[in-house]
Amino acid sequence: MEKELHVPTMAELTAKGETADILFWVGCAGSFDERAQKITRDICRILQHVGLKYAILGTEESCTGDPAKRAGNEFLFQMQAMMNIQVLDGYEVKKIVTACPHCFNTLKNEYPALGGNYELIHHTQLIQTLIDEGKLKPADGHDFQGKKITYHDPCYLGRANEVYEAPRKVLESLDAQLIELKRCKSNGLCCGAGGGQMFKEPEKGTKDINIERIEEVIDSQATVVASACPFCMTMLKDGVKIKDKEKEIEVLDIAEITVRANQI
Amino acid sequence: MINQLIFTLCFIGAILLFAKNARQLYRNINLGRALNRNDKPGERLKTMLLVAFGQKKMFKRITPAILHLFVYIGFCIINIEMIEIVIDGMFGTHRFLSFLGGFYDILIASFEWLALGVLVGCIIFLIRRNVIHLKRLNSAELANWPKTDANLILIVEILLMTAFLLMNAADQKLQLLGGSHYSPVGSFPISQYLVSILPHDPSSLVLIERTSWWFHILGVLAFLNYLPYSKHLHILLAFPNTYFSNLKPKGELTNMENVTNEVKAMLDPSFTPPLSEQPLRFGAKDVQDLTWKNLLDAYTCTECGRCTSSCPANITGKLLSPRKIMMDTRDRLEEVGKNIKANGTFVDDGKSLLDTYITREELWACTSCNACVEQCPVNINPLEIIVELRRYTVMEESQAPASINTMFGNIENNGAPWKYSQMDRANWTSQQ
Ligand code: SF4
Ligand code: SF4
Repeated sequence: MEKELHVPTMAELTAKGETADILFWVGCAGSFDERAQKITRDICRILQHVGLKYAILGTEESCTGDPAKRAGNEFLFQMQAMMNIQVLDGYEVKKIVTACPHCFNTLKNEYPALGGNYELIHHTQLIQTLIDEGKLKPADGHDFQGKKITYHDPCYLGRANEVYEAPRKVLESLDAQLIELKRCKSNGLCCGAGGGQMFKEPEKGTKDINIERIEEVIDSQATVVASACPFCMTMLKDGVKIKDKEKEIEVLDIAEITVRANQI
Repeated sequence: MINQLIFTLCFIGAILLFAKNARQLYRNINLGRALNRNDKPGERLKTMLLVAFGQKKMFKRITPAILHLFVYIGFCIINIEMIEIVIDGMFGTHRFLSFLGGFYDILIASFEWLALGVLVGCIIFLIRRNVIHLKRLNSAELANWPKTDANLILIVEILLMTAFLLMNAADQKLQLLGGSHYSPVGSFPISQYLVSILPHDPSSLVLIERTSWWFHILGVLAFLNYLPYSKHLHILLAFPNTYFSNLKPKGELTNMENVTNEVKAMLDPSFTPPLSEQPLRFGAKDVQDLTWKNLLDAYTCTECGRCTSSCPANITGKLLSPRKIMMDTRDRLEEVGKNIKANGTFVDDGKSLLDTYITREELWACTSCNACVEQCPVNINPLEIIVELRRYTVMEESQAPASINTMFGNIENNGAPWKYSQMDRANWTSQQ
């Protein structure tokens, strides 16, 4: 079933005198985190499946600077941003798709002030459009039919940029039972990784944030929890593990769900 | 005549005192850094109408929203009654607006219903705070003055409304007795039930009517001057504060232009940065380093704690409370304002918002999730203050937690927050 995956880079295309319609911004987590790499490859499968002409920057991509900015290091953020803008503008990139809400937010909202103007699409939005256009369609008898699925809103996709519907539309197309968590949409609860927290131990408290969130997932009785952010993925997955629920609850990205349901 | 004189003096005195207080608030808010929030007046007006006037965000929690709506509408509309009270007080008339006839009856009747609404709302609010001990309204930062302040406001409002109804009841009874000054006007759907408990003798009735009248007006004037010391200031500042809301996506943090110039100069040696008037500190250590909007936020905060009760850090027992961030900012600003008033200019008092008021442990617990910003019914942004304080600790002092410094180092050297080589960035393409 798995087709050979060839992921073109911008440099390669340019060398061949070609251009891409859309740049896939992979992000640090998507590049290096083993779990997130799976999501990255699934996004490439989707792009390849629907015949979109895309490319990545590969080794020319660098951190957007989001964690530096949120931790207060504006110097480092702007250094990163200006270098990335140079690379992106060098390839005349106009449209960017990314799986990371943090990259999405920074590229979309914070790069313009430094001269980088791009049209940003989150992968859940792209998948929704592809479903609307009839290019993606869940296969008969796919894995998720009738299952109880819930969705965790990433802060940087939801509250920060008000993307609430796209990921839900994808799940609605599955013929599954979509259940909302007690705290969802604009009232959603953070996974605990944002604002630089991913890179440090939490301050002392009574419990970790991802545990609070997983307890809510457990209460919902969903057997699949969908995420749309590599950081949320790590936090949710760790939470499920700590609560010893790995057999009962699967944590999957919207892209992975799409690939499985469409049997791409 | 003497009554009119006393009234007029009280009235003018109260207004002047309020003007003085208001000027001081304005001066304090202007201690903050410049920020342009004058664009898009249409969108701003709409935000104000929806959020402050229309109470839109209050309705994220339905019970307090409805109770607050009673109190809010009651307060707004009963203030129309104040017009009449002021005219009567100054010119010795009685129920001056009664020439409006049938419309007057409707007005008075609706005021009575609203007064009842305020009364019920405030009583339930008191019960929620002091009997049910709602967690949101009883956290650590509310001990002492904030708690007293909240209860005081509710009790005063209850007293004011009671006086209003009592005044109407006595007036009705006098009307029935046919006193010359008290000609039959108005419609009293609520206070009619109080008539039977009042005495029959006209002079006692006049005494009750006059006392209630004076209590009501003096209470309102005193309340006006209490506002600057109270969380109740939000009844005025909610309007400008929502008008000057941030209209950009919540995820967007401000761009620091002074940094942009330095970074450009670093990347391109031929770049000459424009001369700035005075070098600004990076980030904020004290209230003067925040923007005027942050300071207006602090004065507008009504300490409702909706932010804190949705803050993931606070929910999981960390020290951080966005409400406390706002209360600390206001307390420190008041202190700085007093310092300036006493000394002419600000004299270093060895204190600052960071460390004296807000600890680093609080700062570093924030996940920048924007839940507090989303929840605030008057569009306050505690996250902006947190980020400014972090900027100061990182860029001016280099005092980030060790693991955060490691993350910075990794980004600088490898282009990723983890310790991986940039050259390995696309390795995932070959692992199927
Ligand atoms: S942004 Fe920070 S302070 Fe506000 S709710 Fe989230 S963690 Fe709490
Ligand atoms: S910042 Fe807003 S939500 Fe928080 S206590 Fe103040 S008024 Fe309430």
